[in-house]
Amino acid sequence: MQPSRLELRGLQKAFGRNVVLRGLDLALAPGEIHALIGGNGAGKSTCSKIIAGLATRDGGEIKLDGVAFAPASRQEAQAAGVVMVLQELNVLPTLSVAENLFLDDLPARAGWIQRGRLARDAKAALARVGLSNLDPDRSASTLGVGQQQLVEIAAGLMKQCRVLILDEPTAALSGAEIRTLFALLRDLCAAGTSVLYISHRLEELAQMADRVSVLRDGQLVATLPATTPRDELIRLMAGALPAPAATTDARVHRGTPALQVCEVRSGSAVRGVSFKVAAGEIVGLGGLVGAGRTELLRAIFGADRRSAGEIFLGDDTRPFHPRSTRDAVRRGLAFVPEDRKQQGIFATLSVRANASVTRLPTRSSLPGWIDAAGERTGIAVLLEKLRVRHASMEQPIAQLSGGNQQKVVIGRWLQCPVRVWLLDEPTRGVDVGARQGIYDLLRGLAADGAAVLVASSDYEELAQLCDRVLVMSNGRLTAEFERAALEPEAFMAAAFAGFSGAETPFSS
Amino acid sequence: MNLVRRFADFLFLAALLVALVGLFSGLSDHFWSLQTLNTVANRIPSLALAAIGMTFVLMAGGIDLSVGSISALAGAVFGWMVIDQGAPLPVAFAAALGAGLACGAFNGALVNWLRMPSFIVTLGVLEGARGLAYLATDSQTKYLGERLGFLQGTLPGVGLSTAFFLAVALMLISHFAITRTVFGRHVVAVGTNEEAARLAGLSPSRVRAAVFVLSGVLAALAGLCHVSRLGAADPNAGSGLELSAIAAAVIGGTSLMGGRGSMLSTFVGVLIIATLEAGLAHLGVSEPIKRVVTGAVIVGAVAAEALRTGWVTRRLNRAN
Repeated sequence: MQPSRLELRGLQKAFGRNVVLRGLDLALAPGEIHALIGGNGAGKSTCSKIIAGLATRDGGEIKLDGVAFAPASRQEAQAAGVVMVLQELNVLPTLSVAENLFLDDLPARAGWIQRGRLARDAKAALARVGLSNLDPDRSASTLGVGQQQLVEIAAGLMKQCRVLILDEPTAALSGAEIRTLFALLRDLCAAGTSVLYISHRLEELAQMADRVSVLRDGQLVATLPATTPRDELIRLMAGALPAPAATTDARVHRGTPALQVCEVRSGSAVRGVSFKVAAGEIVGLGGLVGAGRTELLRAIFGADRRSAGEIFLGDDTRPFHPRSTRDAVRRGLAFVPEDRKQQGIFATLSVRANASVTRLPTRSSLPGWIDAAGERTGIAVLLEKLRVRHASMEQPIAQLSGGNQQKVVIGRWLQCPVRVWLLDEPTRGVDVGARQGIYDLLRGLAADGAAVLVASSDYEELAQLCDRVLVMSNGRLTAEFERAALEPEAFMAAAFAGFSGAETPFSS
Repeated sequence: MNLVRRFADFLFLAALLVALVGLFSGLSDHFWSLQTLNTVANRIPSLALAAIGMTFVLMAGGIDLSVGSISALAGAVFGWMVIDQGAPLPVAFAAALGAGLACGAFNGALVNWLRMPSFIVTLGVLEGARGLAYLATDSQTKYLGERLGFLQGTLPGVGLSTAFFLAVALMLISHFAITRTVFGRHVVAVGTNEEAARLAGLSPSRVRAAVFVLSGVLAALAGLCHVSRLGAADPNAGSGLELSAIAAAVIGGTSLMGGRGSMLSTFVGVLIIATLEAGLAHLGVSEPIKRVVTGAVIVGAVAAEALRTGWVTRRLNRAN
């Protein structure tokens, strides 16, 4: 066995209390295409970011061609020949294609850019990724997403490359572009470069990769030949995901539908989704990150305008077309966003103001005037009921822990008559204790007759909390499970189903 | 805690004002007099009204550069109605306020519908409203004499004008509107985090429309106060008023990023600027030097404020 090009041993990484890598081992042979797969939170992105110098590790070691390797920055990793093409596009739209390609190393004499040389070099670099027809002087803003991705890859390839890391490169590419990319990767490997390739598209692995490593919970499960059957890979990714907790209360009594979603589309993220949520039911929305769950919830709430489809609330036969989020709230919807800091809290305002913002008590004698005493009492009761740990209701909410902030963001809707709850990753960044509190709260809401729809990337959470779980993949629903029938392998298969050519038809 | 800090901010500003008054009293024998108080008080109404509107807009996360031009337009409309159309005073007065309201509504509508930054929209209206003011007056100053005298009439016993009390009353009402009403809370929420406000079911576009309309009407009222003081509608009036209003709000601790501010502090900011102007005039300082000193005080006040709050925060953190 020849020595490894890149070797990870016992790699560890935690973000706060959230442990992402638990002693990850991985070995890349020289000149191979090595695919990296795994479910949400398996550690794929974190591990590749550490290799590429975009994140630091807490423990473990990395060897590049047998020499200890610890890049402190992306530049340092690139200097050593380790290049990562990022999933999110870094193309600057105001510059030309050529300028984007050579941004960190523009050919210049005394500060003046040598336009001729720039164009020549750019032309050559573009030809390598099959974009020989692309004019290097074209503004990057006019490129399609696929072309932008190829330009990014071309930029990555210009550096002398020992290890090339690609994070879901084919997501935005057309069939022809994918073929060009695969051929290019083959050429690179023949020249000795090793490629680490993260993908959700299990089908393409056999076509282009040599070996596949399956990650789960921050550890390596197995490294296998790329020809390993898809079902086997899914079984390994799902692993020993816990079985759903036995239903303690057999509340499978389904009330009347509180929310009906019919063929809803929103941009390119949600492509025709239909389902119902009954009053008193907690329905989970699972899937891979980027499957379109956030966009679906936002479209239902009216935060984004949906491009097609109808939504019905309760037994109202007229479709619901919110003109604003205000409309949605009036009709009994509540939304808890995923990004708490940017979209949930008012960081500099008091806990009190954050909690009361959805419905301020007014004085009966003076309409529009806040009943300050009523506000304070109401919020004190609310904070007590939710067991929010706080020093004073006048302290800025940013001083609370994530879990307590989230309790306020959820709890402020308790002042409104909510019939349909839409929650996007309600326990992200929430500690274990507060998490149970939030689950209890949601169960209580359902027991009181509300319909609850929870998007979550945490399988355990879905299994523990939900009566029914819908799986979304690449903008469509690919499966539905009753809680008792929830099964890790089938769940994982459904989460990946939307990314394959042959789709699992959704049957309800 | 929050309350204590807010009160400390206010005390700091008040101390700055007292220091300025003390300084000028020491430097000039005649500064400390009823007449000076009158001079200062009579300068205040226009600036105070514009600064109140500005504070609403800034707190909601926008900016309104058009208030100076709107104040001139309101004066011009009033002059044109009275002199050229022979309209009764109340009608002309209402038309002038209506012009301010229309400009404010235009600002709000453009910011909402075209999703344009308010800086650009109101910069356009700054030019446009000024042009309309020239059109309405035919680029001439319209002499109105005592027609708006009721704003200058002094209350018996005190030498302060009706306009001054009007400005103080509106400042207090605005203070309560921000701190005690649902509307005020929505202004603060939208200015602090617009997306969070929208996802909590508030309507940022309504809030924005409302603050621009308020700013427009208050600017028009500021223009009418100016007309009453000069006894004439000058299409050149109020140029630079928007910048003084921003300065007063900023000295008062209003954040240009939105969400933070106080009408009372803005008013102290207005007093500081007016005192500075009167004091420097008293000392016989030349116009160029006056402007340099005023600029230094604006930047210095905000910098001192930032240093002080930074120092307090560090002390508190260490104590914890």
